[in-house]
Amino acid sequence: MIETACIIATTAIAVASLLTLYRLVRGPDVLDRILALDTLVINTIGLIVVIGLWFRTTMYFEAALLFAMVGFVTTVALCKYLLRGNVIE
Amino acid sequence: MVIAEIVISLLILVGAFFLFVGSLGLAKLPDLMRRLHGPTKATTLGIGSMLIASMLYFWAVEGNPSIHELLITLFLFLTAPVTAQMIAKAHILHEKREREVLPDTGRPVGWATLDAAKADERSEVTRTSSIP
Repeated sequence: MIETACIIATTAIAVASLLTLYRLVRGPDVLDRILALDTLVINTIGLIVVIGLWFRTTMYFEAALLFAMVGFVTTVALCKYLLRGNVIE
Repeated sequence: MVIAEIVISLLILVGAFFLFVGSLGLAKLPDLMRRLHGPTKATTLGIGSMLIASMLYFWAVEGNPSIHELLITLFLFLTAPVTAQMIAKAHILHEKREREVLPDTGRPVGWATLDAAKADERSEVTRTSSIP
C-alpha cells in the first residue's frame, strides 16, 4: 500500500516540477524565476522524502536537510542582491 | 499495523496533493503577489505531512524512531516566511505600479523598503559604521 502511495506521490511531484519549470522558463520577471527556483527546491525535498520512504532508508534525510538549507540561502541571497545590489555589504 | 499503513499512505498522498497544488498555483495565477500564495502552502502543508508520514513509518513499521524529520520541519517552517517576505520586498522595490497603490504608513518614516529610517544617533552600530 505504501509503495502504491509512493508511486502516485512521485508522479504528482514530477508533474508539479514540470509546472514549476514552465514558470521558470516563462516567468515575465526575475522575481517569478526566483520564486520558481524556491518551489523547485521544495518539490525536490518532497521527492527525496518520498524516495526515502519507498526504499526504506533514513540515509536521504541529510540530503533533504542540505537541500532545505541551500535553497533558503540561495533565495535570500538572490533577493538581497535585487534589493541592495550586493549580497554581503 | 494495517491502520498505520493506511494512515501513512494517506499522509503521503495529502503531501503530494499539496505540493501539486502549490506548483499549479505558481504556474496559473496572474501576478507575483498572488503567485506567492501557492508555494508557501506547499512548503508547510505538503512537506509537513510528508515528514509526519515518514516519521510514523520509521517509528511504527521499522521500529526505530528518528527525529531528523522534525529538524527539517522546523527549519522549513522557520525559513518559509522569511523567503516570502524577501521576495515581496524585492517586488515592491522593482514594480512601479505596486509602489503607487501602497497605503500610507501613518508614521514619520515610509515603507522600509523604499525610504530607509534615519540613522539613530544614540545607536552604537550607526555611529561606528558612519566614521569612514
